[in-house]
Amino acid sequence: MEFFVQQLVNGLTLGSVYALIALGYSMVYGILKLLNFAHGEVYMVGAFIGYGVLTMAGGAADPVLPAAVLVPLMFLAAMIGSGLLGVAIERFAYRPLRDAPRIAPLISAVGVSFFLQAAALLLFTARIRNYDTPELIPFSVGVEVGPLRISLVRILVIVTAVVLMVALTLLVSRTRLGKAMRATAYDREAAAMMGIDTDRVIAATFFIGSVLAGAAGVMIGLVFSRVFHFMGFLAGLKGFTAAVVGGIGNIPGAMVGGLLIGLAEAYAAAYLSSRFSELVVFTILIGVMLVRPSGLFGTPALQKV
Amino acid sequence: MLLALKDVNTYYGQIHILQGVSLDVAEGELVCLLGGNASGKSTTLKTILGLVAPRSGSVVFDGEDVTRASTSRRIERGMAIVPENRRLFSPMTVTENLEMGAYRRSGDLRAAFERVYDLFPLLADRRSQLAGTMSGGEQQMVAVGRALMSEPRLLLMDEPSMGLAPILVERSFEIIQAVHEAGVAVLVVEQNANMALSVADRGYVLQTGRIALTDRADALRENDDLRKAYLGR
Repeated sequence: MEFFVQQLVNGLTLGSVYALIALGYSMVYGILKLLNFAHGEVYMVGAFIGYGVLTMAGGAADPVLPAAVLVPLMFLAAMIGSGLLGVAIERFAYRPLRDAPRIAPLISAVGVSFFLQAAALLLFTARIRNYDTPELIPFSVGVEVGPLRISLVRILVIVTAVVLMVALTLLVSRTRLGKAMRATAYDREAAAMMGIDTDRVIAATFFIGSVLAGAAGVMIGLVFSRVFHFMGFLAGLKGFTAAVVGGIGNIPGAMVGGLLIGLAEAYAAAYLSSRFSELVVFTILIGVMLVRPSGLFGTPALQKV
Repeated sequence: MLLALKDVNTYYGQIHILQGVSLDVAEGELVCLLGGNASGKSTTLKTILGLVAPRSGSVVFDGEDVTRASTSRRIERGMAIVPENRRLFSPMTVTENLEMGAYRRSGDLRAAFERVYDLFPLLADRRSQLAGTMSGGEQQMVAVGRALMSEPRLLLMDEPSMGLAPILVERSFEIIQAVHEAGVAVLVVEQNANMALSVADRGYVLQTGRIALTDRADALRENDDLRKAYLGR
């Protein structure tokens, strides 16, 4: 039972990260009907920015700032940096292809993905970087729940993810920008007819989605400590899977899909073998596609009349 | 003149859609633009609103040359549109749809909401209903209300009778007249020439991208060519 609950915490941690990545996929798909395959690399860059801030502050072992200041600073820098990167990708790789056949921006997305991977390889080499989080926030610090101890880092990750998701939900449902995003996603030309600057709304969507990916990058750095140029590939694929399982284009769907994929991966690794965890994740993807192609929360595509 | 198009030529790729269209709408006037399928009616509206750019010619609105101005800018200056087929944001509520109509306005929208609810009391009771779940007539009210939220000086209406039952078509034109009587200039694009000419001050007839005919509405109603072509009698 302890083991089961421990895996629940693991799954929720991973799931929070996948959910944040899935949100970016889903929001961009919702507004442009584009699968932004460079999204995983935005997350990778976020993880590197977090690492850069940590290194500049003297590293985890000997930081010049207290952890309570340094960690939020890492999140902030990664989120802003990734957000700006997302906006730049949209501006230079997708916007010029806005009216091209749909395959063109998709290929451009794959190209940006390779470009960013190669750029990271060139800049940072293939060496795996380590946040060395335990030296910053000892894993022994945490909350005791019965026989179980949940480390502070995991609590931090899960709480941060929840806060970000609540903020996103409020933004999309309540604010002027959020409503313009929904209007633009539903009917871009009609939104333009209302005087909504749809280019800016699309750029804002990329910014917000990429901010979430940047936060996810730092989270993975803090919990699993492995930061390298290729880390965005599999994480991006799993975020994409989470978005599709939840119903791509649907925001609550991406959150639930992310948690589901995270839990599946954690339990598969625990009860089968860690070698099977990916197999289970992608089997879920295929299963959902067969039974409910529009995803758990998605509505089947209807013809607009 | 509130709106003046001068010798406008608009292309879609290589296809010459509008071929030297000139038309104008005076302050507070109700003008209709008639024409059959593919005559260029919708393209004219899109050119006025800045959704497509003309290759040559000019669009002047309220003394400002807006030929190269963005749609946002034109809406700020006082244009608004009720698009063909209404194009409501179906998964959003009535209130949210109305808010989108006021997107370029800042400040307190309460007065604008009140005016729309005065014109369409039914909408006041349906504020939180999703627009996509409403009937055609109700959706028409939301579409007109949404356009009026920006307090426009020129209301563009693209085929208001399209897809509506005959009784609702009449209701729709009553609404257009009410808006007109409140001092707003209206440019109605219609295939239903009879209905449009019965409310309009003046009319233009568009034929394959050219203005074929223009006159006062009562004169157009008596015009033999037009009767043969559009009125079917």
